[in-house]
Amino acid sequence: MTNQPKKTKLTVAVTGLNAVDSPGPGVAVIRGIRDCQDFDVRIIGLSYESLEPGIYMEGIADKVYQIPYPAAGSESLLGRIEYIHAIEKIDVIVPNFDAELHNFIKISERLKAMGIGTFLPSLEQFEARDKINLFKFGEKHGLLVPRDKTIYDLSELPQVAKDFGYPIVVKGKYYEATIAYTLEQAQKAFHKLNAKWGLPIIVQEFITGTEVNVAALGDGEGNTISAVPMRKLFITDKGKAWAGITIEEDKLIDLSKKFISATKWRGGFEIEIMLTQDGKPYIMEVNPRFPAWIYLTVGAGQNQPASLVKMALGQKVEPFTSYEVGKLFIRYAWDLITDVSEFQKISAFGEL
Amino acid sequence: MKIKSNLAVSDSGFIFNPSNGDSFSTNTVGSDIIRLLKAGNSFDSIKKEIVEKYEVDEILFEKDFHDFVSQLQDYYLVSND
Repeated sequence: MTNQPKKTKLTVAVTGLNAVDSPGPGVAVIRGIRDCQDFDVRIIGLSYESLEPGIYMEGIADKVYQIPYPAAGSESLLGRIEYIHAIEKIDVIVPNFDAELHNFIKISERLKAMGIGTFLPSLEQFEARDKINLFKFGEKHGLLVPRDKTIYDLSELPQVAKDFGYPIVVKGKYYEATIAYTLEQAQKAFHKLNAKWGLPIIVQEFITGTEVNVAALGDGEGNTISAVPMRKLFITDKGKAWAGITIEEDKLIDLSKKFISATKWRGGFEIEIMLTQDGKPYIMEVNPRFPAWIYLTVGAGQNQPASLVKMALGQKVEPFTSYEVGKLFIRYAWDLITDVSEFQKISAFGEL
Repeated sequence: MKIKSNLAVSDSGFIFNPSNGDSFSTNTVGSDIIRLLKAGNSFDSIKKEIVEKYEVDEILFEKDFHDFVSQLQDYYLVSND
């Protein structure tokens, strides 16, 4: 007979299994949850496409179901989750994509009524940190955010560029950004981003410095449960961190705490920061979910995914007070071999 | 001039700046100088120790020391306190 504490038996559904070169956070979130010694967990993967690597990886998801694309709407998503829940009895869902969060936030109360916990920001919190509203948000709460201007027409570009001075950053509505040094480059970026993501386009003042990120977790009452800063050491051509290291910088922790206190943020998020040479932290973007490098927080001693699951279960989680500085993550590519029968199951039946 | 107090310097000369994640390599003379600076030693006492330990004359040491310190400043390894 052992005296080990009893583990909580639970089923957690997780999205974002696309562990590709511009990865979703799902696989890292699952690893964090699985590492937690308090859980005896069954993981349900929720995928959008048949070739998301997390579907096939050993020891990641116990079962995978495809779910409808966000554009199908919240009712369609709810219908699919009802089907999955009838089989799997899900305790908690952890959504991990920006584009799906709106739907999940909308149905969170109905999920709760079904006995499924989530730990998500409110729609107001979600909208406030949107890149279109970020400058106003920063002004309101005394946080440094580069000046920006949302434009709907190419003719607005020259004046904005004149106001900010070159270079400027031309950003898509959802993803991607280009640094433009001339009006011609800015116009080209406008057309490209408009064709890909639609209008509006965001033009932002260019800030130079060291790019650092913080993964953080707020309890929804203004308290910071965890905040771990990371410096990217290797960046892919898509701007994603392929290697990074935890760093010690009180300014970054303070900034995260200020953000959480101002928004009463509920759930995980990532702040992308440009630390200027004179030490000023400018918020470049706030992503409303865990980043793909979230497993580094587990390695550094603050298991954010497991803490979020606990809070989604209604448990009280005490704020972490320290983490290990100098912990590195190095991502790698790995050819996973599987059989066509597996691919066929997820493609034809939407389950594996 | 003060070296950042949280700077990590290994015996092999690997320097890690935990404030921004930068890392550098230096030779044994460089790591000795950083260690002595971190311990709060004056220029004269550092000069004495390095000149005694390594085969270097004082004039050359002074020149190299100032070059090295200027590099430390360029890489933000010096505290502004």
